[in-house]
Amino acid sequence: MSTILIRGARILGADPRDILIRDGVIAEVGERPGGREDHRVDQIVDADGLIALPGLVDLHTHLREPGREDAETVETGTRAAARGGFTAVHAMANTSPVADTAGVVEQVWHLGRTYGHCDVQPVGAVTSGLEGRQLAELGAMAESAARVRVFSDDGMCVSDAVLMRRALEYVKAFDGVVAQHAQEPRLTEGAQLNEGEVSARLGLTGWPAVAEEAIIARDCLLAAHVGSRLHVCHVSTAGSVEILRWAKSKGWDVTAEVTPHHLLLTDSCAEKSPLGPYNPIYKVNPPLRTAEDVRVLREALADGTIDCVATDHAPHPVEDKETEWAAAAMGMIGLETALSAVQEAMVETGLLDWAGVADRMSARPARIGRLAGHGHPIEAGAPANITLYDPSVRARVDPTAMVSRSRNTPYEGMTLPGRVVATFLRGRPTVLEGKLV
Amino acid sequence: MKRHLISAADLTRDDALLILDTAEELARVSERSIKKLPTLRGRTVVNLFFEDSTRTRISFEAAAKRLSADVINFSARGSSLSKGESLKDTALTLEAMGADAVIIRHGASGAPHRLAGWVHGSVVNAGDGTHEHPTQALLDAFSMRRRMGRLDGLKVAIVGDVLHSRVARSNVALLHTLGAEVTLVAPPTLLPVAVGTWPCQVSYDLDAVLPKTDVVMMLRVQLERMNAAYFPSAREYSRRYGLDRDRFARLHDDAIVMHPGPMNRGMEISAEVADSARSTIVEQVGNGVTVRMAVLYLLLGGSESAIGGTE
Repeated sequence: MSTILIRGARILGADPRDILIRDGVIAEVGERPGGREDHRVDQIVDADGLIALPGLVDLHTHLREPGREDAETVETGTRAAARGGFTAVHAMANTSPVADTAGVVEQVWHLGRTYGHCDVQPVGAVTSGLEGRQLAELGAMAESAARVRVFSDDGMCVSDAVLMRRALEYVKAFDGVVAQHAQEPRLTEGAQLNEGEVSARLGLTGWPAVAEEAIIARDCLLAAHVGSRLHVCHVSTAGSVEILRWAKSKGWDVTAEVTPHHLLLTDSCAEKSPLGPYNPIYKVNPPLRTAEDVRVLREALADGTIDCVATDHAPHPVEDKETEWAAAAMGMIGLETALSAVQEAMVETGLLDWAGVADRMSARPARIGRLAGHGHPIEAGAPANITLYDPSVRARVDPTAMVSRSRNTPYEGMTLPGRVVATFLRGRPTVLEGKLV
Repeated sequence: MKRHLISAADLTRDDALLILDTAEELARVSERSIKKLPTLRGRTVVNLFFEDSTRTRISFEAAAKRLSADVINFSARGSSLSKGESLKDTALTLEAMGADAVIIRHGASGAPHRLAGWVHGSVVNAGDGTHEHPTQALLDAFSMRRRMGRLDGLKVAIVGDVLHSRVARSNVALLHTLGAEVTLVAPPTLLPVAVGTWPCQVSYDLDAVLPKTDVVMMLRVQLERMNAAYFPSAREYSRRYGLDRDRFARLHDDAIVMHPGPMNRGMEISAEVADSARSTIVEQVGNGVTVRMAVLYLLLGGSESAIGGTE
C-alpha cells in the first residue's frame, strides 16, 4: 500500500486541487482529499504553481533497440520519455532486426517492462523487413504478449497500393490501425529538403509536398473503400491538412499526427540558423516545411483536423550528423522537448489551452493506439498517470543536459518555455523535481 | 572581404568589384616573362578535391603558385559518402598541417560551409554539389567585362541545366549584384520550381531570347538527365536548346558566347560556335587563373598592392 498526495496542482490549468493516489490509482481529487492531516500519506509532492496533465502518450518514438544501441536503447529512450512527461511510448518498428515478428515485438515490450520508466508499446512492421513486398505476420504480433495494434513501416512508405489496401483490410480483424509514412518514393529519390525557395537556393534535391499529399489522398480513399482505420504519421504540409479535413468531413476513420518540430521550425533553418547553414541537425524526414505550412499545421491541431502530437523522436549518434548535409542521417530527438515545443507553438499563441494539450498529447494518442491504461482524465478511479509541469520558466535548450543517448536536438541554443517537474506512472514517480527517480 | 569565399551571394558589389579590379592588375603580371609574385610566400594552400576536376584544380594550383604559396594537392575521392574518412576528420588533419587556405571541391551541396566550421584558415569553394561555384562566376564576369567593357545593364542569357548547375546559381547571384540582367533559358524540367524567386528572368524559348542578348552562356547538359526524364532525347534537347550555327546567327554582331566547360560539342553547343572568334571559352580558362589569384591574394595577402614587390 503506497499513498501519495500531490498538493495544489492546477489540473489542466484550473484552480489548485490536491490529488490523492493510492495503489497506482487516483483515489480522490479535491480541495483537501482524505479529510485533514489524520490519514496516512507516504509521500507529499508539492505542486504549487504546477499544471497537472494526464501522462503523455507518444505514438511515434524510435528507441533504436535492437540494432542501434549506439544511438538509443529502450532504457535510455524511456528515461528521456519520462523526463519529457510521457508515461507511454510507441516504439517504431524500423529496428535491426525489424519488429516484424511476434518475437521482436515481445522483446521490446519486455525491455520496456524491465526498465519501467514508461510503458513501451511496440509498433509492428506492416511488411516483412520494411521491404514493401509481403505483409508481416500482423496477426501474430497482435496476439503476442505485446498486443500490437499500431502497424507501420515508418521510415519507408507502404507505397504499393495493393499491399496498403490489404494491410488496411487485414488489421480490421483485431482493431488495428495502419500508420502510414506518406512519401511517394519516386518523387523523393535523393530528396534532402522541402522543395521550394530554400532548396532551390541551397542546391539541395527537393522533397515536394505533393509526394506526401498524393499518398495521403490515396490512403484515405483506400481506408474508406475497405472501411478500415488509417493513421497518418508526421503530417507536414498545408495540402495534407486540406485532404485530411476532407476525409474527416466524409466521416472516414482517418487520424493524423504532427511533430513538435513541424509546429515550430521551417526549412529556413537549413539556410539561416545560429548553427550555420547546411547544419544537418535540421535534416529530418519529412523535411521542415515553410512558415505557411507551420501556420496551417498549428490551426489544424487546434481545430482537431490533426488529432495529436507525436514526437518522431529519432536519435542519431554525433558522427551521423557531423557530416555534409547529403551524407547525414535524417531525424531529430524530441521526447524531452515535446511539451515545451507544444507550449511555445500552441499555448503561447493562444491556439490551445491546457485541456487541449492534454487531449492532443494524451487522450487522443492513447485512443488511436488503443492503450486502455493511458489517456484518462485526472479523476478518481483513473490510473495515476500524471505529469506535473511548470509553464512559467524559460530556459535555453542544452543538449548535454538531456538523458537520451543522442544529442541531435534541433532546439540547441533556442530558448523554450516550461519544464516537466514530475511524472507518475501508475502512481509511481519516474521523475521528481525534474530528475529521474 | 570576408574570410571565406563560399557563395557568390555573400559578395557585396564592392567586394566583387575589388576582386575583378585586382584581377585586372594581376593580369598585367601574367603578361610578363616572369609571372611569379612573392605575395603568399610561406603560406600553405590546400587543394582538397573530392570530385575529379583537373581543370579547376590546376587553375587554382597555378594561381597559388604564381603567388608563391606552397600548394598541397589532396585528392580525396570517395568521401565520407562512401564510408571513407569523414569530412570533419579530413578538415582536422588539414588544420593540424597549418593550412592557411583550403580550396574545396565536393559533390555535396554545403560541404564548404561545414568545412569552414571546422578549420581556422580561409575556405574557398571550388564547386559544391548543385549549389555554387563562385570563382567560376567571378571569372565569367571578368571575361564579360573585358570583352564587353561593362557589366551594368548587360543582357546575359544562361542556357541549359539550371536545376543542377552550381555555375548558374553563382552567376545569377553575382551578375545581379553587378547590375547585369540575367535570363535563364531551359526546359521547365531543368529549372527549380522556385526559380520565380530568383533575381532574374526565365524563358523556355531560346530563339526568342537570343536577339536581345549580349552574352549567351551555355551550360553543360549531362546525358544521364535524359534517363531521369528531364528531356526526351539528346537530339530533341539539342534541337530546342542547343546553340548551333543558325541560332548563333540570331545574335547581334557584338554578342559573345561563353561556356564554363567541359563542353559536349554537338549537344548544347556546335563546334563552329565553340571555335568562333566570338567565343570566349579559351580565354575563360586563362582568366580563371587570374581571378583565382585575385581571390587568394585578397583572402590571404593582406593590404599590400597586388603587384608590389615583384621578383
